[in-house]
This record gives sequence, structure tokens and C-alpha cells, in this order.
Amino acid sequence: MGAAESKRDTPPEVVTTGLRGWLNRRIGLDALLSSALDEPIPGGARLAYIFGSGLLFVLLSQIITGVFLALYYVPSADHAHTTVAYITKSVTAGSFLRSLHGYGASAMVVVLLLHLSQTYLYGAYKGRRELLWFSGCVLFALVLGMAFTGYLLPWDQKAYFATAVGTNAASEVPLIGESLKRMMRGGTDMGTLTISRFYVAHVFLIPACIFALIASHIFLFRKAGAAGPVTEDPLTPKQRTEPFYPRQVLMDLSLTALLIIGLGLLCFFMPMSLGPAANPADSQYIPRPEWYYLPIFQWLKYWHGAASVIGVLIVPTVLALAIIAVPFLDRGIERRPWKRPVATGAYAFVLIAVVGLGLRSAYLDKHDPEVAQQLAKQKGEEEEYMRKPFEPELSAASMAAANVALADPVAAKGKEIFEQRSCNACHGDGGVGTVAAPALIGVGAKLSADQLAQLLKQPNAKMAAGGMPAVDDLPADDLKALVAYVASLK
Amino acid sequence: MTRISGGSSDGLAGEPAPLELESGKRRSFLGALLALGSFFVGTLLSVPLVRFALFPLLRRTTELEASPVGALSEFSSLTEPIAKIIQIEQVDGWRKAVSEKTVYVTKDKNGRLSVLSSICPHLGCTVPWVTAKSEFICPCHGAVYTSDGSRISGPSLRGMDTLDTSVQDGQLLVRFQYFRQLTSDKEVIG
Repeated sequence: MGAAESKRDTPPEVVTTGLRGWLNRRIGLDALLSSALDEPIPGGARLAYIFGSGLLFVLLSQIITGVFLALYYVPSADHAHTTVAYITKSVTAGSFLRSLHGYGASAMVVVLLLHLSQTYLYGAYKGRRELLWFSGCVLFALVLGMAFTGYLLPWDQKAYFATAVGTNAASEVPLIGESLKRMMRGGTDMGTLTISRFYVAHVFLIPACIFALIASHIFLFRKAGAAGPVTEDPLTPKQRTEPFYPRQVLMDLSLTALLIIGLGLLCFFMPMSLGPAANPADSQYIPRPEWYYLPIFQWLKYWHGAASVIGVLIVPTVLALAIIAVPFLDRGIERRPWKRPVATGAYAFVLIAVVGLGLRSAYLDKHDPEVAQQLAKQKGEEEEYMRKPFEPELSAASMAAANVALADPVAAKGKEIFEQRSCNACHGDGGVGTVAAPALIGVGAKLSADQLAQLLKQPNAKMAAGGMPAVDDLPADDLKALVAYVASLK
Repeated sequence: MTRISGGSSDGLAGEPAPLELESGKRRSFLGALLALGSFFVGTLLSVPLVRFALFPLLRRTTELEASPVGALSEFSSLTEPIAKIIQIEQVDGWRKAVSEKTVYVTKDKNGRLSVLSSICPHLGCTVPWVTAKSEFICPCHGAVYTSDGSRISGPSLRGMDTLDTSVQDGQLLVRFQYFRQLTSDKEVIG
């Protein structure tokens, strides 16, 4: 085992032979592994501590699936829905990966709430862990931001209208509300600029912030050390410690395995559906947000007019500040939840309120016959859309060519002549131009109809040199039609 | 490879505390097991990713489908070539381009239906059928072809190009293609 060598130049517990030795001399692999895996956990490994690594795993899955989805997705109002439909209906494993990303967002929120609840109930924010708690709060907000911005990107009916409502809520903020809404939408209305903004936030800005904050979150966690069980002193742990590896790692991995199996089965047997493309003119559509936004959605229903500032701004701000300030408000070293009635009571109150609001929203939708009927209709439309095969988008060039024929009967006749007389052989279909002759698009803006007719009958020297034959054998009406068609090319 | 954990070893690999070595062995066995398991699960999870990314390579995502020309019955009593405008759909991933092309339905030397591209193999002008002369005459440089597309005279190096046809449910279908101009051999260019 290379004992002699190890005695000579490296600390004894470090392997110096083989690939591992090679890596040890260069990057200090064993030291890295040791600092990652030997983190002491006061009181030993527990299932209660598994949610943080669970979150990291789901995040990793979101990053990977997100990057792959970007292989086909195009962020523009013209193409977003088509490309998501292409992913869902045509691309191999596309429906599975998109579902993994979509359900992954829900999984992220669920595991995050479990992680937050565990930290809170265990009083694991105590003992100089204010910054750790604070970075976690910001991460929570960022994850909700990811969910909000990602929801719009498929640009189907539910995405469009849910985001319309979501951005509208921002306009309730006093003074800056309207500007805030316009800032998010990239204008007064939702449109292709909104997609660009949401895409940039979803793919570049928020992920960058998340990476930075996760790094600091983990750094702060390692700095403060694991808090251990509720009976442990948060400042100076006294209980026997157990290293992170192997028992805690195995427990963490069991959650990961559970998540992989759960998400995998869900995505395989109940893939996410996609609704028909967003139709902003649809005045019947009733938008409903994703389940984790239902409580906020229901909450906002209770606040109207002058009072809305309380519901939209004051209460959420106070709540957010209170959550951030938890380590400052609850300062004792007591961590057992039953000995912290105020903290535990506040948690129970918020939990009951949030769950209650969500349930209330679902209940109301179910028991209002009109709403229930419309929601059922929307669901039916979505199912019908999913049954249809993928229909490729007609490219802009072919639409322009097709439209001319419909617009003006004289120009339509001219189009026929244009093709019969082989004008398109050199000038291209729809006058787009080829290597043999220039484009005719826009020529109508430069030359009058008479000038065009004259040039057709008697090409100028430059045109003749390029091989343009004289069109001097056409009846007057046909020439007029041809001129009308050429002038209509845009 | 044995990795001895903890700081209690005195540095001589030959004489570590027996318990330490025992636990070290167990740890590295578990580590190998975990690495193997993670590798296996990771490979399994990467299958959909690879299939997703390779989709355009394994499946035709840019294709030109056969376009309908008309019902066979329409061409049963053909006396001279008739021009038909076909729509060709070119699929490019999630989008498609539709363009119109003129083709001629005619009879070949053996009296069977054939479809000719209207593009002159000389320099690409659209060749009209001139009923008065019973010939295809190109307006650009005067190439002349018979009703089955064979070259009679003019600058072209070959006859008009025939297109691949098929029949489906009594419909004549044609696969439109472009051919290289100014050559004596028919050579597909797209």
C-alpha cells in the first residue's frame, strides 16, 4: 500500500499511490472529501435533516432539464407555444423531460417548505445563524420567482392568463405599482417582450442569484455547523457527534431516490399537458395559478379599492419581514418547539391560514356552477389540443406569398402570370430574389405603375445586361395585373 | 484502496488500530457501492436526455413530402400535357414552408402517366406548353421539348426532368425536386 512512501512526504492518512495519489498531490482530493463528508453532526444522523440535500438534487435536475429544453424552445410570442408543442408532441422523451421540469418546480416548492419547516420547528436558526436563515429566506423568494417566470414560457392559455393576473397584482402596489407592472411586462400589455423578460429572468438572472446564494448558504451552514437535535445547545454543541458520511448521506440519498422514483413515475404516467396557444382576445378564460400560488391568489380576492394596499403590500411585507427577523425575535437558546409556544403557534397559524386559503380557493371554484363549468370547458379544450398531432408553424415567407393571392384579384391574376412567364425563375417565388436576379420586394414603393409597365416592356440597359427579357407580348390587362402583383410585393 | 479515517493512526500503515482499519474498509466498500449505484442511476436518468438531444439526428426533421397532383381519373383521357400547380411543404423542425410549383402531367413514350418539372434544365426558366405548336418552348433561351419532355432543340443539354410519382387512394402524388442545370445528367440538388 505504499506505506514507506506515505511516511516520507505526506500525512499518513492520505493515499499516495495510483490515481488517487496522483489526484491527492494535485488537488488534495482526500482533504476535499474529508471536509465534505466528515462534517460532524451533533446527536447523530437523522431523517429530519434530509431536505437540504433533497433540494440540491431537485435543483440539479431543474438545471439539467432546463438546459435541455432550451435546445428546442424559442422565447417569442410567435414561436414559444409551437416549440413547446413540438417538445411535448414530437421530440423523443420531450414530454417526459418537460414534465420533469414542470413537476420538478412543484417538487422544489414542496421540499423547500419541508426544509423551511424543519429548520423553523427545530429552532435551527438559533446560535449566530441569522445570516444562514436570511440567505434561506432570499432563496425561498428566488425559487418562487423561478416558478412565476417559468410558468409563462409555454405561452398557452393558462400560462398567459395566470401571468396576466400575476402581473396585474403588482399594479396594486401604491405609487410604483403601474410602473412595476409595465416593467415586468415590457409595456402596458402582455406580449412578446413579456416573454423575453420572463425568459431572461428565468434563465439568466434568477439562476445566477440562486447559485450565489446557495454557495453562501452552504458556506454559512458549514461555518455555523449542523445544529443537531432540538435538545442541543445551538452555540456550543455538547452531544456526541457523528460524521455526515455514511449514515446521513444514505438517509439523504434515500430522499433523492424517492424523488427520482416519484417524479419519474408521475412524468411517465401522467405527463404534463399543454393547452391551446394563448389567445389574448379570449374574454371567457378563467385563469388559475399553480397550486402553490393558490393561497396568495385567494388572499388577494379579499382586498379591493383603497384597502387593497393592506392586502397586497402591508400584510405580505410585514409577514416577509417577520419571517426574515425570526432569529432576532426568538433569541433564547431554547429549541424544543413545545417550549417555544409563540414561535410554534405562529407557525401553526400561518400554516393553517395558507392551507385554508388554498382549500377555500379550490372549494369556491368547485361550488360556483358557472366557474366550475368554464374550468371544465377549459380542461376539455386542453385535452382536445393534446390529442391533436403536432402542426408545424407556417414560416413567415410562405404566409406572405399566400396572402397576396387572397388580397386583390388583379394582383392574384398577376401572380399567375408572374409564374407562367417564368419571372419567378430568376426573381424567385414571391419576388424574393435569387442569385440570377434581384428581389422585387418593395419595388412598388420606388416606382409608379406606369414606370413599372414601361420597364417591363422595355428593360433598361442594366436590366437587359442581366438577362431580363422584354415583356412586350402581353395583353394590356395582363400587363396591368402583372404590374399590380409586382407593386404589391412587400 | 484503503482510506483510513480519523487522526488516531500513528502514520505507520502496517500498525493502525485494528478497529480503524475495519471501519475504513467498510467505508470504502460502501463508497464503492454508492459510486456504482449513483453511476447506474445517473446513466439511467441520462437516457431520456440523450434521446431528447439526438432526436433531430435519428428522425427526419427536415423533409419534403409527396404532394397531391390530382385524381388519376382526371388524367385518364390526356391528349396533351396539362399544367398543375402543386403545393410543396418543406418541414424544418417545428416550422414548415409552403410554396407552389408548376408541374406538367403528361404521357411518356410508352403511354404511361409521367410528371415533368416545369423548370427548364438549361437555366431554370418555367417552360410553358405551346398548344399551337404541340411543343414545350422555353421563353428565355428557346429550348424546345416534345410532349413527353424529350429534348428537340435549343441550348439545353438534356430533356425536361421527370419527377418521382406514386399513387395513393386514386390520387397521383409527386415528389418535387430540384435538379442541377446546364448538365447533361439529371442530378438532384435538393
